[in-house]
Amino acid sequence: MSGAAGGPAGAAAERPLPAAGRKEDARFIRGRGRFLDDITLPGMLHGAILRSPLAHARIASVDTAAARAHPMVEAVITGDMLAERGLAWMPTLSADTQAVLATDKVRFQGQEVAFVVARDRYAARDALELISVEYEPLPPVTDARRALDPDAPVIRDDQPGRADNRVFDWSAGDLAATEAAFAAADVVVTQEMHYPRSHPAPLETCGAIADADPVTGRLTLWSTTQAPHAHRTLYAMITGLPEHKIRVISPDIGGGFGNKVPVYPGYLCAIAGSMLTRRPVKWTEDRSENLMSTTFARDYHMRGQIAADADGTILAVRASVLADHGAFNGAAQPSKYPAGFFHVLTGSYDLRAAYCQVTGVYTNKAPGGVAYSCSFRVTEAVYLIERLVDLLARELGADPAELRMRNLLRPEQFPYRSATGLRYDSGDYPRALRKAMQIAGYAELRAEQARRRERGELMGIGVSCFTEAVGAGPRKHMDILGLGIADGADLRVHPTGTATLSVSCQTQGQGHETTFAQIVAAELGLSPDDVDVVHGDTDRTPFGLGTYGSRSTAVSGAAAAVAARRVRERARLVAAAMLEVDPEDLEWADGAWRVRGDPEQARRIAEIAMAAHSGLELPDGVEGHLDASAVYDPPDLTFPFGAYICVTDVDPGTGEVRVRRFVAVDDCGVRINPAIVEGQIHRGLADGIGIALMQAIAFDADGNCLSGSFMDYLLPTSVECPSPELGMTVTPSPHHPLGAKGIGESATVGAPAAVVNSVMDALAPLGVRHADMPLTPAAVWRAIKGCPIRPGPIGG
Amino acid sequence: MQVPAYVDYERATSVEHALALLARYGPGARVLAGGHSLIPMMKLRLAQPETLIDINPLTELDYVRLDGGELRIGALTRHAGLLGSPLAGAAAPILHDAERVIADPVVRLWGTVGGSLCQADPSEDLSAAFAALKATMVIAGPGGERTVPARMFHTGPYETVVAPGELLTEIRVPVAPGGGSAYVKVGRRAGDWPVGAAGAAVRLDGNVITSAGIGLTAVGAEHFCAAEAEEALRGAPATEESFARAGRLAAEHCRPVTDQRGPADYKRHLAAELTVRALRRAADRARGPGRGA
Repeated sequence: MSGAAGGPAGAAAERPLPAAGRKEDARFIRGRGRFLDDITLPGMLHGAILRSPLAHARIASVDTAAARAHPMVEAVITGDMLAERGLAWMPTLSADTQAVLATDKVRFQGQEVAFVVARDRYAARDALELISVEYEPLPPVTDARRALDPDAPVIRDDQPGRADNRVFDWSAGDLAATEAAFAAADVVVTQEMHYPRSHPAPLETCGAIADADPVTGRLTLWSTTQAPHAHRTLYAMITGLPEHKIRVISPDIGGGFGNKVPVYPGYLCAIAGSMLTRRPVKWTEDRSENLMSTTFARDYHMRGQIAADADGTILAVRASVLADHGAFNGAAQPSKYPAGFFHVLTGSYDLRAAYCQVTGVYTNKAPGGVAYSCSFRVTEAVYLIERLVDLLARELGADPAELRMRNLLRPEQFPYRSATGLRYDSGDYPRALRKAMQIAGYAELRAEQARRRERGELMGIGVSCFTEAVGAGPRKHMDILGLGIADGADLRVHPTGTATLSVSCQTQGQGHETTFAQIVAAELGLSPDDVDVVHGDTDRTPFGLGTYGSRSTAVSGAAAAVAARRVRERARLVAAAMLEVDPEDLEWADGAWRVRGDPEQARRIAEIAMAAHSGLELPDGVEGHLDASAVYDPPDLTFPFGAYICVTDVDPGTGEVRVRRFVAVDDCGVRINPAIVEGQIHRGLADGIGIALMQAIAFDADGNCLSGSFMDYLLPTSVECPSPELGMTVTPSPHHPLGAKGIGESATVGAPAAVVNSVMDALAPLGVRHADMPLTPAAVWRAIKGCPIRPGPIGG
Repeated sequence: MQVPAYVDYERATSVEHALALLARYGPGARVLAGGHSLIPMMKLRLAQPETLIDINPLTELDYVRLDGGELRIGALTRHAGLLGSPLAGAAAPILHDAERVIADPVVRLWGTVGGSLCQADPSEDLSAAFAALKATMVIAGPGGERTVPARMFHTGPYETVVAPGELLTEIRVPVAPGGGSAYVKVGRRAGDWPVGAAGAAVRLDGNVITSAGIGLTAVGAEHFCAAEAEEALRGAPATEESFARAGRLAAEHCRPVTDQRGPADYKRHLAAELTVRALRRAADRARGPGRGA
């Protein structure tokens, strides 16, 4: 399994684990989790959404009379009704607008048109069939590459003066320097590639229960959100309710992966329904609604170029991208970066110059853009550079691992300023690649491949070296709708020496209650069993932007550590009073404040906590009790990295791909809880295999979504995913209080390129250079036949 | 959560009772067996039967036995039951090949052989397997039993010859020495519906093919079979050349459509490639000792 920690003595080993493993597991394994749909309030009503069957149509009329006459129906809400209250449109996290319920047009299949509130869920669903909507169909834009055609229908004619479907143009890097580097290069390789639209598809779909109390004026909203505080602020902005009267509660969340970052129309419908009926209203979407209407990921049409010297020194990279954002720009990312951190496209290599240009377009598809463990578009950038490096190796006749080794950043170059302006904090990339090659037995694999090729068998070895960019902010550079990206932590140590930590991030299954308890416990010499973590309730936690972009440990973890250290310093003053010594004569060792030179004279946190709450006379300026708060504004991003090797076998007759082995060496800095880190990697590798081989949200030429169920949107199973072979190195982040960097998305970012590189390596003897994901049997066979499947509507 | 529309429910206690209920409730009734296709369709409201007639209590329709030179499979036999039957595996290994790649263990534990056939999904595996085996379907109705060749059972996608008042009760597979059979499927993932699949059942006299059945799934083959390929194989030697010719004929005569699982040309290619692979394996099995159909 895992290799030994190669970095500074593994801090993980110093952090005690909870006695019973992950703290969350006892309730999840026993079915005692409390998810949104487990919650029932007295008098609660149920909502259901009528959705558009068409991708693009003008709404001529909506007749709800029959639905309202249904004996179990309490209310039917339309876009026009919301418009009267100024609620028909809401801001998205990218400062665009999105229809809550359509008023003028529907702009994607599955868009919200009306909301029924009934006494049970069955009646709500039945009543949807009683609503009659008259649509006047309009031609849909289903291919991003046609969105900017002069005759393309204008999707967002709700925006005054708009005459096209352009969302934004954005660029990064130095164009002139890049052009110069390309002009001077011996070799230039160019490749068009499409990173298909995928969907995070969390096991638990999205939902909300709104309880607008007409007496107190308070709104309580239970909802499936990864960012409760950001959502609360948004609800205050949208509804005009005072923010202190809004409480957002995020109960146990059954997976998010970015899907639960945006505010969805359904949440606002539940709020409107509760305000109208003066009763609690629950809305939960079904699987098809989740797949067809909530935020997708990727959908980048990319043209990449890489320039190198004849000896294999990579000089520069550039990319031009067409980004399909769907009908509303609902991407969640720092405002300044409409293409996220795509400018990390120089990857793990020491390049002279780089330039990327991204154009976002509207299409008649579901809104979204940044979701599914993509680290704000690092996924797309890593895929681009790693495919280009492989193609360059092919062009040069070089081994792809050796070519990478020659061009990787060297440890002494950190901190490293990339050609597009990112500042990588730390890394030892060659060590990670060497380790992956050693675990894989790279040389033997190449020898086996040569033997198999002689027999006509197709075996591939794919390498991917990725650099992640996670842990946003800093606040001064990164905000969402004006909210600076930072997170808070409050820590209270109780008189008997147990502690409660409140954090602003929100776990979705990744074990925050364990990891954060370990962080605090290690700082204060407590057992993690004596630290409880509170999250997911805006009334009980400090403000912060939430969990996405692998930022929980990187930001909230840092906030927790800083708060714990503040508590420890306070404890020092109390301990000094208890021991009647000067605080300067105390040192923290073995979980206690000890008198220098007389370590038996010591006080542990539990003793100090009781004293801090007692009648003990404290020094001037020291308040009683033992608590502290922190807001962590990260000085910069952290940059996890890794080296992956994927071995595949391809059936030349059918195009079927079998992933035989997957070696993953990850460096996410200091690991707080190694088992949770490895679990995250296992999950991400499955994501990567799924995205590379089968997962894609497809449309036909009319804009019908063809992937609205798990029969058509395929997630990989244990049959497709080999037991991963993990290794690790530990290169602490120099600017993070714990040296940690974040791990939530690394494998999803790094794995697809390794799989695709492996399959293309398998097909190399047949002259295949590139085929787009998903590499289904049909796609592989078509590539072999020299007529690869092109991105675009199916069957059109 | 997807919720179905209102539906009445009746529980049948015998075949006669089931037929009586079907007669009473008419065309608005649907038979509920394993429910792994019907219930999801009801939840999506693609199917809105007025009454469900639950035949799960009819354990007398859950059996696999050899009788009169035939393998007889009760319509309520679960996929897992067929897969777990050594009799079926010995007499018609194609059935075990197919069952191994149908859905997943949970579905196989509940889903039934008869339910799959009556659902008549064009991508359903057993229809092609029984077409290859030239099986016979036994249908009970108000006027007694009638039998229909497997190849006449389907009248179109999701449509069969089973009338509203009738119930499929049994599938009969002829068994004779010198036979071998196999089923080969390509899916995008374990448990996925096939992109394409082929089954073959051959009987050999020495190395000469005396009879051949070829079933094709999800590639637009009429009656789930490849009649022209079968015809070409009869009397031909069991060689790679014969198999390749059969594969070409199978591909020529199917009419696949492009969808998310793959483009039509790929599916046509699969019809050829998988026919060859199924024939190769079926012939190997026919040559092997102690094999049936």
